[in-house]
Amino acid sequence: MTKIILSAVAGAAALTLGAHAASAQTLEAVKAKGYIQCGVSTGLAGFSNTDDAGEWTGLDVDFCRAMAAAIFDDPEAVRFSPLSAVERFTALQSGEIDVLSRNTTWTMSRDTALGLNFVGVTFYDGQGFMVPAELNVDSALQLSGASVCVQSGTTTELNLTDYFSANNMEYNPVVFEGLEEVNAAYNAGRCDVYTTDSSGLYAIRLTLDNPDDHVVLPELISKEPLGPAVRRGDDQWFGIAKWVYYGLVYAEELGISSENLEEMLASENPDVRRALGGDGTFGADMGLENDWLVKIVRHVGNYGEVFERNVGADSPLQIERGLNALYTDGGLQYGMPIR
Amino acid sequence: MSDTHAETDVATTRLAFVRDDFLKSEAPPVREGGFGHWLKVNLFATPKDTILTILMALFLAWILPPLFNWAFFSAVWDGSNREACLGEGQGACWAFVDAKFGQFMYGRYPIDERWRVDLTAILLIVSLVPLAIPSVPYKKFNAIFLLVIFPIIAFILLTGQFGLPPVRTDLWGGLLVTLVVAIVGIVVSLPLGVLLALGRRSHLPFVKYASIVFIEFWRGVPLITILFMSSVMLPLFLPDGVTFDKLLRALVGVAFFASAYMAEVIRGGLQAIPKGQYEAADAMGLSYWQKMRLIILPQALTLVIPGIVNTFIGLFKDTSLVLIIGIFDLLGIVQLNFADPNWAAPQTAITGFAFAALVYFIFCFGMSKYSLYMERRLDTSHR
Repeated sequence: MTKIILSAVAGAAALTLGAHAASAQTLEAVKAKGYIQCGVSTGLAGFSNTDDAGEWTGLDVDFCRAMAAAIFDDPEAVRFSPLSAVERFTALQSGEIDVLSRNTTWTMSRDTALGLNFVGVTFYDGQGFMVPAELNVDSALQLSGASVCVQSGTTTELNLTDYFSANNMEYNPVVFEGLEEVNAAYNAGRCDVYTTDSSGLYAIRLTLDNPDDHVVLPELISKEPLGPAVRRGDDQWFGIAKWVYYGLVYAEELGISSENLEEMLASENPDVRRALGGDGTFGADMGLENDWLVKIVRHVGNYGEVFERNVGADSPLQIERGLNALYTDGGLQYGMPIR
Repeated sequence: MSDTHAETDVATTRLAFVRDDFLKSEAPPVREGGFGHWLKVNLFATPKDTILTILMALFLAWILPPLFNWAFFSAVWDGSNREACLGEGQGACWAFVDAKFGQFMYGRYPIDERWRVDLTAILLIVSLVPLAIPSVPYKKFNAIFLLVIFPIIAFILLTGQFGLPPVRTDLWGGLLVTLVVAIVGIVVSLPLGVLLALGRRSHLPFVKYASIVFIEFWRGVPLITILFMSSVMLPLFLPDGVTFDKLLRALVGVAFFASAYMAEVIRGGLQAIPKGQYEAADAMGLSYWQKMRLIILPQALTLVIPGIVNTFIGLFKDTSLVLIIGIFDLLGIVQLNFADPNWAAPQTAITGFAFAALVYFIFCFGMSKYSLYMERRLDTSHR
């Protein structure tokens, strides 16, 4: 219900915002002020959180840093606006932020009715299941008869019902109002299974008494494609945001990483030469310099590096690549060619 | 003593003996003094007291050892990441608080500039403490410094003017933001509340209805709504490129909100003053402002000290609502750091909340104690 009202408010706001939306030339404005204003979440492990020094880190944060690197050759030329879930769309519409990179699910209504454009999917999330390893379960289809801890009144609960009835399985829902209560109940062993978005499951696993005794099952039963978004009405800025994302993925496809960048700059491979600005004027056509991708990879790395550093194997979260692997490895990440 | 003795000797020569100094008081009987007596009177006076005492002692014995064990004996004090706080039966993860302490105090305020916050805090303490202790002289200069000069200095230091490197308010956080919001709210709400309370009792229709509308509007909407409107809706109505500082918007919202509550508390005090006081002041030919300043308000404000301090404490704790608009106060920044995967561990969240609770308690308990002291001091006991 709240969601409906809020989207109605945001939608109404979007309508009144014709004037705001028409203010194109975000790139010029950003260059003039010297930094990108980037909307992030108010704390989500691995996506946007602060480290010991108080610096923002995470997957969502690194997307903004990549944009700053492409435009300014400086990943620090970003200012972060931590936004609550209800604030995020109006902040973008009203021009308070230039790009929204805040674990936002790409849905049709948001894409069409809210006056914003989604750039791409930086993280394919979805509702998953976590179980104690001692149960020896390796697929959600073996969960018939299990008791499942879930937060009440969320789409998570509805997805759960749909999934079990579609597969003709029985289950006992153990429903709680607050997230903390669900965590405590699962930790105390009051249920066999914990279900929520898989990125959340990995974060929650870290706070359990024995994280290694719990596994996240491979099935995702809902679609939660998370990605950054920009204001509608400025195609140049939209293009830059899109190509920063494609550039990150394409660099990984071509095997260009922050470690081998110098060798790659000497490469004769025509794809690599085009990507790194050795041939053509692809960067200039977009409004940037031709070595835009060099700057991104030098400062931030390619998509795989960003993923592993923030949420993957090099982070405490240990999230598997799964759907977020390159299409060549059975995932969905596909960088459009730079030609 | 001996001189007096000599003089009285002359007057009482005919009396055989007059004792002119007191006997030394005897020590009380053993059973009526000492620790044993204190126990008997305070804890075991009646059978009912005895039962209650034993129950309370059992309760404490049940709750305290695990608490101390958690907070001290099995707590983790050193460590650089979550690994330190993992393990069976591990207590509080103070290493987390230690690693994040700078953030909890200053938010993301640049480390090299944090001396400015420290200096502001020292100035505040140095000017506030003498003002709070009644026996220290120069109250008027002290008050002028604290209310006029200090805010200007604090503004210059914290935001960075006159050549100091500027620090944007979105980098402020932690206890700094909590104190800035609370102190601005307190300092603005008291005088504004007095004016609104007087306005509401005024006979001038415009003043009266303007006060009523202001009070009822701000009291009628939740603080979250006010903050949310100021943060989300306001930018939509402003022309392109015009933005107000987010912290400033929150400050204005909180100050107005607290003023409305304060006004009603003070109005309660005004209503408790007998009509005779007003009439006596009028009979003496005092003007309206003289009457209020010299007769009515000193009595009314003394009466409602508990209510005023109640509002202050409520305001201090309400500051944590600024999290809703993405400003990280003490509680907000503690919660933000729960999301740091390098510190996610079973005890991290509980430890963080315990730390925040402790800091809030110190401030609120301090305010409460000082208000009790002022009440006793200002109590002229005509009731």
